[in-house]
Amino acid sequence: MILIHCPYCDETLPELEFAYAGEAHIARPLDPSGLSDEDWERYLFIRANPRGRHNERWRHVHGCGRFFNAVRDTVTDKFELTYKAGEPRK
Amino acid sequence: MSAYRLDGMGRVNRGAPVNFTFDGKSYQGFAGDSLASALLANGVSLFGRSFKYHRPRGLLGAGAEEPNALVSVDRGGGRYTPNLRAPAVELYEGLNARSQNRWPSLQTDFGSINDRLGRFFPAGFYNKTFMWPRSFWEKLYEPSIRRMAGLGDAPTEADPDTYSACYAYCDVLIVGAGPAGIDAALEACAARKHVILIDENDELGGGALADPALAAWLETSLRDLANAPNVTLLRRTTALGYYHDNFIGAVERLTDHLAQPGHGAREQLWRIRAGEVVLAQGAIERPLVFEGNDVPGVMLASAARTYLFRFGVAVGRNVAVMAVHDSGWKDALAMAKAGVRIAAIIDLRETVAAALVDEAKALGIRTELGSAVIGVAGRQAVKGIEVSRADGSMRQKLACDAVLMAGGWTPSVHLWSHSLGKLAWSDDWGAYLPDVPNENCRCVGACGGKWSFGSGLNIGALPSPRDPATFKAFVDFQNDVTAKDIALAVREGMKSVEHIKRYTTNGMATDQGKTSNLNALQLASSALDRPVQAIGLTTFRPPYTPQTFGALAGHAKDALFQPVRKTGIDPWAEEHGAVFELVAQWRRARYFPKAGEDMHAAVNRECLAVREGVGIFDASTLGKIEVVGPDAAEFLNRMYTNPWKQLEPGRCRYGLLLREDGFITDDGVSARMAPDRFHLTTTTGGAARVLNMMEDYLQTEWPDLNVWLTSTTEQYAVIALQGPKARDVIAPLVAGIDLSPEAFPHMAVREGTICGVPTRLFRVSFTGELGFEINVPAAYGRHVWEAVWAAGQAHGITPYGTETMHVLRAEKGFIIVGQDTDGTVTPFDAGLDWAVGKKKPDFVGKRSMARPDIVASGRKQLVGLLTDDPSVVLEEGAQIVLDPNQPVPMKMVGHVTSSYWSATLGRSIAMALVAGGFDRMGETIYVPMPGKTLTAKVVKPMFYDAEGSRLNG
Repeated sequence: MILIHCPYCDETLPELEFAYAGEAHIARPLDPSGLSDEDWERYLFIRANPRGRHNERWRHVHGCGRFFNAVRDTVTDKFELTYKAGEPRK
Repeated sequence: MSAYRLDGMGRVNRGAPVNFTFDGKSYQGFAGDSLASALLANGVSLFGRSFKYHRPRGLLGAGAEEPNALVSVDRGGGRYTPNLRAPAVELYEGLNARSQNRWPSLQTDFGSINDRLGRFFPAGFYNKTFMWPRSFWEKLYEPSIRRMAGLGDAPTEADPDTYSACYAYCDVLIVGAGPAGIDAALEACAARKHVILIDENDELGGGALADPALAAWLETSLRDLANAPNVTLLRRTTALGYYHDNFIGAVERLTDHLAQPGHGAREQLWRIRAGEVVLAQGAIERPLVFEGNDVPGVMLASAARTYLFRFGVAVGRNVAVMAVHDSGWKDALAMAKAGVRIAAIIDLRETVAAALVDEAKALGIRTELGSAVIGVAGRQAVKGIEVSRADGSMRQKLACDAVLMAGGWTPSVHLWSHSLGKLAWSDDWGAYLPDVPNENCRCVGACGGKWSFGSGLNIGALPSPRDPATFKAFVDFQNDVTAKDIALAVREGMKSVEHIKRYTTNGMATDQGKTSNLNALQLASSALDRPVQAIGLTTFRPPYTPQTFGALAGHAKDALFQPVRKTGIDPWAEEHGAVFELVAQWRRARYFPKAGEDMHAAVNRECLAVREGVGIFDASTLGKIEVVGPDAAEFLNRMYTNPWKQLEPGRCRYGLLLREDGFITDDGVSARMAPDRFHLTTTTGGAARVLNMMEDYLQTEWPDLNVWLTSTTEQYAVIALQGPKARDVIAPLVAGIDLSPEAFPHMAVREGTICGVPTRLFRVSFTGELGFEINVPAAYGRHVWEAVWAAGQAHGITPYGTETMHVLRAEKGFIIVGQDTDGTVTPFDAGLDWAVGKKKPDFVGKRSMARPDIVASGRKQLVGLLTDDPSVVLEEGAQIVLDPNQPVPMKMVGHVTSSYWSATLGRSIAMALVAGGFDRMGETIYVPMPGKTLTAKVVKPMFYDAEGSRLNG
């Protein structure tokens, strides 16, 4: 069972307390109606799915309830670091 | 084979005899014996029949690696466990064990005909033979194969035992309490670390238990560890898996070794998080591959050594040793010095360390260098062997009653591999050794390649003058894979070890190839003429040895399988004879049958009671979220499809929630309690999902909004009172609220008291009747319910359950998200475009409603269905076609989502998703069912009181 560091609680805790929430740094467009079908499709469905370093969102759902971002290696399943939502991509 | 107990040898307690039975026959052993050692001591050599060929099999090993001697232990009362390894079964008074995979008896087994037909069962024979006709597979092939090939029988009774689980934390976790593990524990203990030392055996000591020279050291060391406050010793505990971040799963067996299982848990699952993991799992000796290497009495040299020095059992009276490794000589010499007669030591090597040869000669042991065993006489027990020089010359027969194999050592890297630690090939060991760790982990002793057993040869199979295609030399004993199977797999094009494994099933038995993987690799390497490293190694996966489902399930079975959520009113429902169903994790009253009523009769009565009088329904499970803050209305406006900003305090609105892809995900009626406060409701099953989704948008997309979300699902009991007499029932109970239709219209909310309890009283209806939903603090739920119940007696109040609720809402065409929608239904598809705020610039899912696929024609749309025969109730989920005469497979255009008998209407009603359904009003559609085709007309999904006049009572 992976240990995950919650940047809000500043505690490293078992993954049972957390829920995965998809790729990080995909901001909802400010004016969705102004987007072309292709751009909207890109926002909705297209994801990086990298082999290796992946910026992704987690929620400390059974803790503080906050969403935060993490860098996890999809090959080794190791967390490189976690950081607060709103901080720039790391 | 004629094994016997030697006086004065071993650690068993000769003063404590233990009686047990095997296949119904009584035997006696001693306290400290395993089932294997006790049977051996009684001269038993035949332990089981093999998986595929039903060949007689005896013991190969003395520990976790044992592939052959699998037994079933029946303790009575449902306590039955198949496929236990006899060396791992501790003896206790009254133990009742049975052999497996034989009929009618172990000695006479009709299935052994498979052995004679062996040429019809080569590697991959399942894939080749049973391909055609396909229909024969399920009825004929598979049952026959299952009957003939197999392990023990599955239990037929429910397991009466309980299982527990715990978490543990330590600085250093050591797996394996052999000399290396004990040394590591002593060292960590001295460093004041918190240590857990676990071992799968009943006695700690590992290899030291079979080495009298280490007995004194072992006793002192174990006493020191047992007395140390910072050390936890766990015996009978198998580390089954090594998971991320030094998390180890282990199962401790608590009662299987006791004559009386008692009342406590049978096993305990340990979940251990360790700062450092030290693996001291040791190494497993490799068998040698030659004709007859599976005859009972042919076993590992190290196993024979263990049986002698730990249990005081000599495995034979005249023991031959076939070695390609020095360790075989050492075992033979130690056994000879202890009084066991060694018939000969045969070694494939031309030269062996002079010290070993000289000592053998000094002990009068015959040695045959540069030679190999090429055959074994005897079927159910070894009677002798045939030996030749490596080139096939000088064939000679030799009498013996046991053959010991010393094929070198395979470090037990199973847990290391679970942790994704890297392995490196070692020519010295002829095996893979731990290399680069992936966790804070190190290997000590033999499992790390840091223990010297001497040197030896790395070979796949012993040479034989006979054509290898004409005999069976076993590689994987448990799955009956022979050397020629490996050769065949290579001949048929398998190059990777993963393919060879799956084609031959080598290493796929319950022992995961503990004794077979390396020999198979060497054979494949020779056949392919490529180095072993180029062929790879199959991946070890948890569990290290088979574990019970009970240990893994723990408390999570039967009533505790998952938590059951109950409302405060639930006990009342139970007292009044409700039949319950599970909705998400909630237990909800489905209907309240009176004496003699079935569900149909009860639901009909409940439906009519609501339509004609008044019904009471526990709606407490509705998801509830309190949305508070100056931006609350703005937030809801962005989340829901409909406009919220203009909603006045005291009013309610039906809210429709989409995902960003435009599909309906939830709905519910919500109320504005104050300018900055909303009381949201969600579906029962969607509460957590909706809150998570709202938190996501609030935290990550719109953190500038000043809004707080709080789950209040369990804070309120909700009593739905529905029917024309609803107002009359609550009128005397309510204070501070004007209930008149003018002051309190449909879709309004008021705060006041009911029976003195503060309430948020909603005037809403999921039935189409005049209705109220009484929200009170959960602790008062039953009190208010009973007060309403009492007040309703004069009005014929009737309790109803979820089934009636479903029928009543379907009569009105109200959808249930997740039943009438399936995650691909838009508001337009569901006929809910009236609930979409067309003028809103944005809300979650709005842009997607203009996606090309969603504006395309031919989408499935929610319609009503009326069967031509009003007495026929369609099956929910039934498929719909337009032309019943088309050939199969037919083009399906939709399915029935909701279907009920409506007592109110005196006929059946249904809702369905049908392609282009809105344009098919009045058309006939067809529902093919087994043996008949039903017909129905497409109608609007509104079957009762279309104008809504009944809402006003």
